[in-house]
Amino acid sequence: MMKLEAIIQPSRFESVKDALREIGVEGMTVTEVRGHGRQKGHTEVYRGREYTVDLLPKVKLEMVLPDKLVNRVVDTILKTAKTGKIGDGKIFLSRVEEAIRIRNEERDENAL
Amino acid sequence: MLLAVVPLAAPQTPAPAATSASATSGSSKAANEKLAQLEQRVTAAQSSADNAWMLVSAALVLMMTGPGLALFYGGLVRRKNTLAIMMQSFALMALITVMWALVGYSLCFGHGMVIGDRFDTGSVIGGFEHAFLRGVGAEPNPDYAGTIPQMTFMIYQLMFAIITPALITGATAERMKFSGTVLFMLLWFLVVYAPLAHMVWGKGGLLNAALGGRFPTLDFAGGTVVHISSGVSALVCALYLGKRTGYPKQPMPPHSLVLSFIGACLLWVGWFGFNAGSALASNALATSAFVATHFGAAAAALGWSAAEWLKNGRASALGAISGAVAGLVAITPAAGFVAPIPALVIGAVAGVLCFGMVTKVKSLFGYDDALDAFGVHGAGGTIGALLTGVFAQQLINPIFGAGKAVGGIDGHWGQVGNQLVGILIAWVLALVGTLVLLKIVDVLIGLRVPEEHEVEGLDITQHGEEAYNLET
Repeated sequence: MMKLEAIIQPSRFESVKDALREIGVEGMTVTEVRGHGRQKGHTEVYRGREYTVDLLPKVKLEMVLPDKLVNRVVDTILKTAKTGKIGDGKIFLSRVEEAIRIRNEERDENAL
Repeated sequence: MLLAVVPLAAPQTPAPAATSASATSGSSKAANEKLAQLEQRVTAAQSSADNAWMLVSAALVLMMTGPGLALFYGGLVRRKNTLAIMMQSFALMALITVMWALVGYSLCFGHGMVIGDRFDTGSVIGGFEHAFLRGVGAEPNPDYAGTIPQMTFMIYQLMFAIITPALITGATAERMKFSGTVLFMLLWFLVVYAPLAHMVWGKGGLLNAALGGRFPTLDFAGGTVVHISSGVSALVCALYLGKRTGYPKQPMPPHSLVLSFIGACLLWVGWFGFNAGSALASNALATSAFVATHFGAAAAALGWSAAEWLKNGRASALGAISGAVAGLVAITPAAGFVAPIPALVIGAVAGVLCFGMVTKVKSLFGYDDALDAFGVHGAGGTIGALLTGVFAQQLINPIFGAGKAVGGIDGHWGQVGNQLVGILIAWVLALVGTLVLLKIVDVLIGLRVPEEHEVEGLDITQHGEEAYNLET
């Protein structure tokens, strides 16, 4: 089992979600987040006062996947989340030791 | 606003026809009676028309404070101070109303008090003749508005007294205690607003242009009384209170320009009641003031936006609405005296000038006029009052009598001097009065919230509630 976290452009979120559903991803957790990597922020001006906004809105997707699905999911996200500009985000993968479904205490891949 | 009385009085009395009819023969007694009846009906009809417009105007001017100004300012503050700034406007709607009934109207529009045998306060402030609204009823007060009940005039003028102190809260925003604000505004209304309103608009007032003041200052709807007084007082408040914690390093962007946008649009519409209503009748002068008001606002929105576009490469929504408000401020003293094209000029000048005030001058001197009450109302009011002296025309409003030049372009450049006297008196009264009152309130109950309250926000610390409970 692998945990996948992807931080993507908010504008790409709907396409990514639809594409993942098509290849059989059954669940995900989504959060609106703010942050930045190499992308610089922008400035806003209110009545002559300039503010630098360096934390930009992003969407974070989290999902835990059976091993056999991981590569396809990564490929799909890479394809659909990409705009080619700085600020497209990142994907992080990490191993997950255990998963338990609260309702019936199923474990591991059965719990996903 | 009483300035309209002069041109109004003439068409209203069909007296000559009546006298010639009565002179002809005794057999026409019935005809005379009929004539008298007709005259009465004509007067009643005019009064009904004027009264309808003035009641609508009064409601429009109240709408400028709540929700207009409350939304405009509410959107400009940070989210944690939204209710506090709105509540200050709303509290003034209630507080000034009660004060107005008790003594306010009398101090502003009553005759002067005679002290001893000779000294009459009438050139500076009214007395207590109308305290508790004594003698204010259905009968018109011909000194001010001869065709509407004095009670209508009274309630209309009240709405001006409400919005004026509310404007000041733009400078004290995000750091002044609610208790301190209430006490300060109450005193400010008595010590600064009442004398100035009486001097400019009250019978016997030093600056009254319609009723023979010594320095006749043209102020159709409140350039000096409302905008210079509040704007200059706002500057004193900003300087006295000091900067908000973290200003100017910490970002303090407006939390909702959508609210400000709605507020500004409500202000624009409400201003028709403010300026066109100041004709005090439903007549051609009201139309003229309505048109000038609209043109001034439009030209100023363009002026501010153009200046911003040149400087920053973009025209912002906040810039456009701020420009419109600056134009409305500047056209206020001029509305009933200037033709449409000069109104465009006044608006455009005010838009560009106020843009410079809030973007350049403020940072140059470093005062924290949080929502630019001085930059827009003080500066816009001053330039408007000055330009009124330049562009006023007898063709629009022969306030000094038929055939007499009014403003500079009529050939009466001396009027610019009169305007300067009015401006100077308003500035000095606002500066000194505000400074003294701030000191008094500071000593009595304190003005500024403790720093930790400022950080937490005034909504919670002053009022125990939050503007947005999005999780609930």
